[in-house]
Amino acid sequence: MRAHDHPANNDKIGHEKMNMRRRLTRSEDHPMQTSTPEPVSITAELLAQHSVTPEEYERILAALGRTPSLTELGIYSVMWSEHCSYKSSRVHLKRLPTRSERVVQGPGENAGIIDVGDGWACAFKIESHNHPSYIEPHQGAATGVGGILRDIFTMGARPLAVMDSLRFGPIDPGSELAKSDPATLAHNHRIVEGVVDGIASYGNCFGVPNLGGETKFESCYSGNPLVNAFALGLVKKDEIFYAKAAGVGNPVIYVGAKTGRDGIHGATMASEEFKEGSEQKRPNVQVGDPFMEKLLLEACLEAMKTGAIVGIQDMGAAGLTCSTCEMGARGCVGLDVELDNVPQRETGMSAYEIMLSESQERMLLVAEKGREGEVLGVFAKWGLDAVIVGTVCPEPRLRIRHHGVLVADIPNTSLTDDAPLYRRPVGTWKAPVPPEPPADVLAELDRPRDYTADLKKLLASSNICSKRWVHEQYDSMVQTNTVQGPGGEAGVMRIKGSGAPGHERGLVMALDGNSRWAYLDPKLGAMHAVAEAARKVACTGATPVAATNCLNFGNPEKPEIMAQLSAAIDGISEACTALGTPITGGNVSLYNETKGEGIYPTPVLGIVGIIDDVTKAVPAGFQREGEAILLFYLPESGDDTRSFGSSEYAKTLLGRLWGKPPQLNLSEESNLHRALAAVIDKGLITSACDISDGGVAVSAAEATFSHGIGGRLALQSQESTATGALLVLFGEEASQVIVTCKVENVFAVIDLAETFGNVCVAEIGRTGGDRLEITLNGNPVIDATINELTKPWAASLSAALHDEVPA
Amino acid sequence: MKAHVTVTLKSSVLDPQGQTIHNALGKIGIEGVQAVRQGKYFLLNLSPALSQEAARAQVERIAREVLTNPVIEEFSYKLEE
Amino acid sequence: MKFGVIIFPGSNCDHDTHNVVAEIAHQPVTYLWHDSDDLKGVDAVLVPGGFAYGDYLRTGAIARFSPVMQSVKKFADGGGLVLGICNGFQILTEAGLLPGALMRNAGLKYICKQVHLRVETTETAFTNTLKKGEVLKIPIGHAEGNYYCTTEELKRLEAEGRIAFRYSTPSGEITAEANPNGSLANIAGVLNEKKNVLGMMPHPDRSSEPLLGSADGWRIFESMIAALATK
Repeated sequence: MRAHDHPANNDKIGHEKMNMRRRLTRSEDHPMQTSTPEPVSITAELLAQHSVTPEEYERILAALGRTPSLTELGIYSVMWSEHCSYKSSRVHLKRLPTRSERVVQGPGENAGIIDVGDGWACAFKIESHNHPSYIEPHQGAATGVGGILRDIFTMGARPLAVMDSLRFGPIDPGSELAKSDPATLAHNHRIVEGVVDGIASYGNCFGVPNLGGETKFESCYSGNPLVNAFALGLVKKDEIFYAKAAGVGNPVIYVGAKTGRDGIHGATMASEEFKEGSEQKRPNVQVGDPFMEKLLLEACLEAMKTGAIVGIQDMGAAGLTCSTCEMGARGCVGLDVELDNVPQRETGMSAYEIMLSESQERMLLVAEKGREGEVLGVFAKWGLDAVIVGTVCPEPRLRIRHHGVLVADIPNTSLTDDAPLYRRPVGTWKAPVPPEPPADVLAELDRPRDYTADLKKLLASSNICSKRWVHEQYDSMVQTNTVQGPGGEAGVMRIKGSGAPGHERGLVMALDGNSRWAYLDPKLGAMHAVAEAARKVACTGATPVAATNCLNFGNPEKPEIMAQLSAAIDGISEACTALGTPITGGNVSLYNETKGEGIYPTPVLGIVGIIDDVTKAVPAGFQREGEAILLFYLPESGDDTRSFGSSEYAKTLLGRLWGKPPQLNLSEESNLHRALAAVIDKGLITSACDISDGGVAVSAAEATFSHGIGGRLALQSQESTATGALLVLFGEEASQVIVTCKVENVFAVIDLAETFGNVCVAEIGRTGGDRLEITLNGNPVIDATINELTKPWAASLSAALHDEVPA
Repeated sequence: MKAHVTVTLKSSVLDPQGQTIHNALGKIGIEGVQAVRQGKYFLLNLSPALSQEAARAQVERIAREVLTNPVIEEFSYKLEE
Repeated sequence: MKFGVIIFPGSNCDHDTHNVVAEIAHQPVTYLWHDSDDLKGVDAVLVPGGFAYGDYLRTGAIARFSPVMQSVKKFADGGGLVLGICNGFQILTEAGLLPGALMRNAGLKYICKQVHLRVETTETAFTNTLKKGEVLKIPIGHAEGNYYCTTEELKRLEAEGRIAFRYSTPSGEITAEANPNGSLANIAGVLNEKKNVLGMMPHPDRSSEPLLGSADGWRIFESMIAALATK
């Protein structure tokens, strides 16, 4: 199930054939077992229930050389599900850049790892829990957090921070949906409440700060909410653990919660489109226990310190199945497991159920033979079940026994590296929207407007408004490393014990993904996701160094969806290469469709950055009165009416969508990041905020909110038309940042920043007062008190969720 | 033997969860409910060896010392053979 | 003077609290494991935030039965300084070391944010370096911080100067808007009769360094160190 695993390694196939013979001789050691697991009678219906196609079944027959047992069929069905095997996306994922001097571990492990200096490494990854969160929002989201945290601490890293990228259907009681389909609106409310509560309850109890992330709303997510959790942890570079079994005869130890019947076939569920009645799959949803996870964290980290642990993997999707065959496959050994030894919560569980259970908070580890006692002792201290369930054997096969009877005997690599690989037809994708603004829109754009009123509406819109209602439910401060928490551009964490005392090194993380842009142009949209997440990181003063991606798309069996996926991967590859942020892992979530209705293609990028002295990090909002406001921008990338169709303004105030996302120049974007790092490192600027949704007007308004310090901005437009004014105020041109500095530093900032490529700096105003005033070519266009602007922005999310919703 | 223990907030203590549920009932048009109080329910499976009297003593002690916080909560219970 | 930080299996502010004492106060500090009744001769006990034993029944409900808490009770009876922060406060009320109870927040949600506290008394080992009426900025992070006690108890607390902090506006007014969780009389921290045990929902451990947004919480640790020095 690990993301972006390298494609099939064909040399291993020869081994398997050899081992078939050896297996037969070995069976004499186990007089109780029959020589092969009992075959199940295969019917078309049984295969369909397991989402195994006839062609895939042929592959199973070829791999086993016989008819599978029911347990084996179940094992193949989960391991070959889209969720675990990436069978539709693997051929494309190969194109992603995955290396740099900093990368210690690329894709293929539980999480990617980069070197952050001073002997420290950072393990990080993003993962989706979309389908479970639709079926049971609270538990679905909670177990999503639990899963990604285990991925991090399995590597030996203590989780340092998490962030989420959330996508929901509309929730505004004034929206179209409220009139046309109030039941769906009410359902969307329950999903938002449940997901946020689930993330909060799990992370808060576990004790990892949540630094926010992004929360967006679009109609396409009504039946397909997205919950992408991004976690990051710290580990000493020489104390990293891998999910690899080794050492024939070493004991295999099961740790953590008992196995129940939860989530059986969760992995296949996550690989199917939702149809009417999917809610009835509810029993499949796992229930999370964050306290158990916290115990596992402490106990695993302590057990790792004994030096007696050889390899360790969490049991996530496809539980015991995935962990046993993947650990074996990575180490080119086999695991021989007796299920009677697996702690069970329910009675009478079959081998099939035990192998496919997705009970949460469980780990599988391999210990050094003879030192089991030390490991078991640590788990006992933390009050956890830890039992030896099997041994490492030389043949690279997964052997499962139940009551002493062999129920599965499968070559590991047939489940992992040699899983089906589809080159699904890649069609073409063209968003069904006008490429140019329609005539009525052009007329509308050119009508004089009350820009202050428009700004207030934008600030109140669900995509732009304050997400404080979400973030305040998260513990963002535990571990006492949070230098910048939710609500800014990026999360900034201090690394205790690194750098110089009082000037420790900082890790910075940000998430981004504009799916409307990816819908209009998947490649350019994906490039923007990388660029904007990296820009958010750069705005704090950090250098973006690595990335993780979560690719949320519709049904890959549709050629146009594959076109979106393939183009998005191309975009990510190009942008990550240009910005020096290789992808070290991630997750692909396909089949995000309900009743044939797909989501916008939603590539979400998580970027990690490093700042050498965390005390130098700058925040996003205006900090002091009487400072200069500067605009960092690139020349000749001016917005036009075509790209204005992709803006939040077009969506919120015009209710329209057309055109393309703004242009993006990746090499200049990289120069912009370097310019920001340089001026921040020299201590020349006091704040920096990226211009994104809602354009310069919204960004300037938001910059006034953090300390209630106003500003006067004088903007210029070459066109003195109403359209020209809209483009300047609300256009979402890329690669622009609003910066503040002391007045005496203006020239120093300009001189330094403009040495980086074509980066331009213009002085556009002064901070101070209690109003936001913007003039355009000398004419006042926006004028309001901060108070007037804050109100709609601050209150709108909670008002939308708590307003009366017609049932 | 089974003991069914119910723990609720004392009537003098504000119960915002109960109130929220009550408000929700109004919103979805269910009338005739004057108030809602919410609480917790515990099912204790007791050893069949315990006498009725011993069982009562046992359950009351558990409820008093563990299941409730006497500052804000009260309990009631029912034994079932 | 030596500090002890209790570790319950679900404590998650144990390291944070330990870090303040060791790295900022530069005082000796040791961890106290929940399953042991040995307080290792410490001069002050810190009961940190977290979810002691998962807190599925009630916050702090199981923790009070732990061996370490039996020793803490004796330690407090003998006049030893005990500071309970967040979950630590919840545990101390459940254990009967402090009056009242902490209920679910009035808004029914977990809240994490900076709040303002007005100092109500300075005649304690925890507040002796503060000024009465002074306002501190210290964050909260809890779902069950809604302080409750009976009217009679409240009268006693007020009469005996046992309310340490109240939630206030930045200028020190006690208003309903400044109360984040519905606590009775805006109570954020209370003392026992002898004033050697303080429980507070806000986190001084999270506000002892300017880098983290506030160093006001440090003043409480500073007071404890001053009090222990004169003992």
